[in-house]
Amino acid sequence: MNIKKTYRDAWNTGWTAGIVALSISALGLAELFAKRNIVSGVITMGQVMVFIVPIVMAYNFTKNLSMEQRKTGPLFGAVIGATTAIPLVLLIIASTLFNIRDIFVNVSPSLIELLTFGQENAYLGGLLLLVSMALLSYLSAYTHQLPEKIKRSLFTGLITILLVGMFSEILTERIRSIFGAIFGSSVGSAIVRFLFKSKAIQSIPAIVVFAIATYVGYRKIPKTEEEKNKSKRAFIVDGKVQWKTVIPLAVLLLILPLLLGTYLSEVTNNVGIYILMGLGLNIVVGFAGLLDLGYVAFFAIGAYTMAVLTSTGPLGLFGMSFWLALPICVIVAALAGVMLGIPVLRMRGDYLAIVTLGFGEIISRLAISDMLKPYVGGAQGILQIPKPSIGSLVFTKPEVLYYVVLAGVLLALFVSWRLRDSRLGRQWMAMREDEDVAEAMGINLMKTKILAFSIGAAFSGLAGAIFASKLTSIFPHSFNVLISINVLSLIIVGGIGSLPGVIVGAAVLIGLPELLREFAEYRLLMYGLLLIVMMLAKPEGFVPSEVHKRELHATDEDFVAEAGD
Amino acid sequence: MTRSKDFDFVGLFLWVFRAVILILIVWGTYATIADNPYETRTWVDFIIFGLAQGSMYALIAIGYTLVYGVLFMINFAHGEFFMAGILTTTVVITTPLSESGFLNEQPILSLLIIAISSMAVSIFISVLTERIAYRPLRKAPRLVPLITAIGASYFWQNYFRGLFGSGIKPIPQIEILDGTIPLDFLGTTMLKSHVLVIVTTIVMLIALNFFIMKTKTGKAIRAVAEDKDVANLMGINVDQTISITFATGAAMAGIAGVLYSLVFRQVHFFMGFIPGIKAFTAAVLGGIGSLPGAAVGGLLLGMFESVGPSLFLRGLGIPAFNQLKDVIAFTMLVMVLIFRPQGIVGEVLSEKKA
Amino acid sequence: MSKRVLSILGLILVASIALVACGGSSFECEDAIGCVSYAEGEPVRIASALVITGPNTQLGLDSQYGVEVAMSFQDTLFGHEIELQAEDDGCNAEGGQAAGQKITSDPSIVAIVGTSCSGAGVAMSSVVSEAGYSMVSPSNTSPVLTDPDIAWHPGYYRSAHNDKVQGAAIADFAFNELGLSTAAAIHDGDPYTEGLANAFRVSFEALGGSITTFTAVVVGDTDMRPVLTEVAAGAPEFIYFPVFTAECAFLAKQAGEVAGLEGTVLAAADGCISADAAAAIGEAGAGMYFSGPDISFTGSLYEDFKAEYTAISGEDLLSVFHAHAFDAARMIFACVEEVGVEDGGDLHIGRQDLRDCLSATSNFTGITGSLTCNDYGDCADPKITVSELVDGEYATVWP
Repeated sequence: MNIKKTYRDAWNTGWTAGIVALSISALGLAELFAKRNIVSGVITMGQVMVFIVPIVMAYNFTKNLSMEQRKTGPLFGAVIGATTAIPLVLLIIASTLFNIRDIFVNVSPSLIELLTFGQENAYLGGLLLLVSMALLSYLSAYTHQLPEKIKRSLFTGLITILLVGMFSEILTERIRSIFGAIFGSSVGSAIVRFLFKSKAIQSIPAIVVFAIATYVGYRKIPKTEEEKNKSKRAFIVDGKVQWKTVIPLAVLLLILPLLLGTYLSEVTNNVGIYILMGLGLNIVVGFAGLLDLGYVAFFAIGAYTMAVLTSTGPLGLFGMSFWLALPICVIVAALAGVMLGIPVLRMRGDYLAIVTLGFGEIISRLAISDMLKPYVGGAQGILQIPKPSIGSLVFTKPEVLYYVVLAGVLLALFVSWRLRDSRLGRQWMAMREDEDVAEAMGINLMKTKILAFSIGAAFSGLAGAIFASKLTSIFPHSFNVLISINVLSLIIVGGIGSLPGVIVGAAVLIGLPELLREFAEYRLLMYGLLLIVMMLAKPEGFVPSEVHKRELHATDEDFVAEAGD
Repeated sequence: MTRSKDFDFVGLFLWVFRAVILILIVWGTYATIADNPYETRTWVDFIIFGLAQGSMYALIAIGYTLVYGVLFMINFAHGEFFMAGILTTTVVITTPLSESGFLNEQPILSLLIIAISSMAVSIFISVLTERIAYRPLRKAPRLVPLITAIGASYFWQNYFRGLFGSGIKPIPQIEILDGTIPLDFLGTTMLKSHVLVIVTTIVMLIALNFFIMKTKTGKAIRAVAEDKDVANLMGINVDQTISITFATGAAMAGIAGVLYSLVFRQVHFFMGFIPGIKAFTAAVLGGIGSLPGAAVGGLLLGMFESVGPSLFLRGLGIPAFNQLKDVIAFTMLVMVLIFRPQGIVGEVLSEKKA
Repeated sequence: MSKRVLSILGLILVASIALVACGGSSFECEDAIGCVSYAEGEPVRIASALVITGPNTQLGLDSQYGVEVAMSFQDTLFGHEIELQAEDDGCNAEGGQAAGQKITSDPSIVAIVGTSCSGAGVAMSSVVSEAGYSMVSPSNTSPVLTDPDIAWHPGYYRSAHNDKVQGAAIADFAFNELGLSTAAAIHDGDPYTEGLANAFRVSFEALGGSITTFTAVVVGDTDMRPVLTEVAAGAPEFIYFPVFTAECAFLAKQAGEVAGLEGTVLAAADGCISADAAAAIGEAGAGMYFSGPDISFTGSLYEDFKAEYTAISGEDLLSVFHAHAFDAARMIFACVEEVGVEDGGDLHIGRQDLRDCLSATSNFTGITGSLTCNDYGDCADPKITVSELVDGEYATVWP
């Protein structure tokens, strides 16, 4: 590879980075995030978002250079940085010449101010931007020249600061209430006030945190592959329950709400409800290989059954207690699973997908319709659903409701785990691999498929029942096709067919966006990006199941043929 | 439990299911006709509206079917390609043209510019999406590209919202498309915009058929759809051909976007999602992977939606029956697939390939 | 983790506690449900919970800009800056609940402007009430929210009118002003539009009119002709469709193309009053009526408001509830100014005091009129007007 070509590659990389940085600016992301300081009064998240693009690009570009080109690496970095700035500079100049806000609504004066560092003169500001981007990218590429240990520690420090900045809101709340609980609330607030200023870490604590993180990064010895495998813990090894792993985990799960507080418990409960649905869909899609895009239907059926059975309002029929209604909801949902299962028995692949999608749509249209309004409330939904209670204890707070969700999730996990290794589970997997062969082996496809649909539906019905009771009011708009899509996404991102994968997938796809609520306007943008990036980086999911891991690493040729089917 | 017993039960259930739906349809239709709420010309109008809506579904459905035929992949983001083209064109071209008065001075030229721009943007977005989000995953399990497609759908929707704002962008009325033309032999009139939609769709479908069947590129697409490895051995650039397939589908979506904007005269960032799902349904209804299937499926779906509620449900005395048109559309889909699992004009590939 | 790291951490902890000991304050909170306190230099924090994602984005963003304008006009409270934490209510119950739990887990938030959608409001008001916070909604109009037998909870207020008021007003207009006795109503399955269409139906029938058709479209639909044909079969003199911009414009434009509706009077509601809607409806708006809160606001305050709104958002007014949101935020600011207690540079606000003050709001002058709260949080000055679209502007024609 000659130098000239490398320069050309750097130039192209720079343009890509430039388009990304331009998008971040023109979409209004930079400006929105500029309101949020990472380090109070020093760096805003908006600046980080724009500058991180060339920095990361330059870093990655120079990482892959050949040995002899390494020396000139920082120069390539500078080229990338400068090129990245070009589209932005053009944007700055254009904004002074025309009123481009008529077309791009987010190109506001404050965005231009952000990009030009507040310079009045657009050309000077643009030049400043170009030089600073080039410089930062130069430095970023230069880190490859540093000893490995120093490089690593620097990154640990920087990433820690970024994470603290991003999640400072949650941190603020947690620090305040944990220290508040130990030392009294005024102490808690005072500590927070010392560390943070309007949701950003203050400069001095920032330096301290950076120093500590850098130091920790410096001292940490990276684990070898072998050690990594060793440190993986299993609950059951050779048929023996590993109490050493199980007991601490059980204790942690029991006291979790105390550590999390109200809001994080709420998030955990929402994640839990999605884990329940994910486990159910995992049986249908992951184990049995039946692509179901209308899974929300059973969620809705569970929720509406709970609402009709328990509501104290005019639409409630029996005024049952939550506990009595719960099994009924599950049974009703399972029956609905059978009803869906039978007509689609002979359909395969994408035909199945669209029919199930249609089933989901039919259920949600019926829920909203004037036709069924006398029974399920139509657009106005069903209100006054009581929360679960035992005696006089009402599960009002998310911290308490957590235990209901936890019990449901554990039950579903247990059932899924037992099913996976059962005769039925193996039949499902055989059916997933090849229906014709499975049938030839004497597997009753009808029965196996209907069981998959109904057990999957039962889990979703359970989730719906808890959801209705948790919300105390349900509306048909809560049950739309996006829920089916999200549940499908989470099991695939987690690793299809894998039980821990469902938990990780739900945490990442449901929990993380919830924590970044304040960026609500851009939540779905990030969600989309996350799905793409995650699938490109780890197509087998976060925690791939053993079977799929084997598939992916089997001879690729065979698998392509199969995947193409 | 013996096998045949199971089968009987399932067979019985399906039989009852079909019978109930058919009885409902017949009863509803009979009651509606007996009640005779509308004149004949109203029913003709419904069919025309259905055809116009169905034409747009058909054009979008072609994108699904082409990509499915080549990659066996549901391109969930296709509805967004449809949105991207016309939304960008409206903001950047149509509105300035209209404000300067050029739109009504040179309507034909303006429409050409709009159509080309809409197609170009749709193509650009689709090829970019394919390059970044689908191509690297060609060897991954088939559900993985489905997820990136869902991701791309979310991404583009919100990307264009950020770029152009969340407002609804109105499309000005073009004078030559204002008004109706008489259809004396049917005793009704037809909107000029509907005429344009139906004529354009027919022209595009013929052109597409020519492109796929007669040109070299079209042959390459068909070869890749048959067998990628063999096509590669025959000297066909598979990656490039797949890009062209995406581009072709997106061009149709771009045109559909223009037609949509002329009939409904407003666009916004969320407009792609629902037509996308409907077009996907249409593609499956017709038989996914089949080009005539996409056309037939689209037209039928449009008709079900427009005629179905009034014909089947009105007579049953259901309040607000038009709310349930999706219920009708999807029930018809299930009925069709129970009778013909491969779709209306699809080849019998659901056994092994689908 | 090495010992050295631990010792550094310990040091920080000790240092911060020591710092706290010095900063102890003399203020004792005597409020029944607690106080919110701000040290010198800390901003006063309010939250918003409005719909800022999905298809109803405009409704929520519009209100959020309204709040931001109010903040920019207010500038400071007792010398403290004002900070907004903008949350998304998702326009659904679960979004409302999650936003409520998040906001109420942050003790530095004094009050909330939200929610946008009534469904979210039902879920959020119980969370917010229980946590001792106060919320003022700029656009919840569902009657259940201020009905103490169904979904009202202490701490819930709204600057938006109750659906019942608007339904009655438009029925009055159609029956008495226009002298029409047959009408049809169309909703889109949204709780808001369904509620309003229903309120209209009840009032219109109470006046002695008859409803020929009560039907619905689906959100996202584009071809409204089948529904309009269904309506035309009943030959109503008046059609009321209180749906949102996209469907509203489709209905308005396509009504002219359906046989039998040539002479029918069309009317929509505030979901269809915006610059976007006006442009989208275009010429089809001739002779059409729009019911809604009186937004023919006059006075220099509203002019200033509009200028600031455009400066903040870069867009024209997106919907109709920006002024209500502005007033909601200003009601909160006014009460903070009334009940806030200064203690050195610190500021303390009693949460029950704040509620009491909000409940006692009377004749508060806002853009939307003079606001007075009743016992169950209905604070709006329910001036419903009917306007016409003339050259892209909404001109009031009644009362």
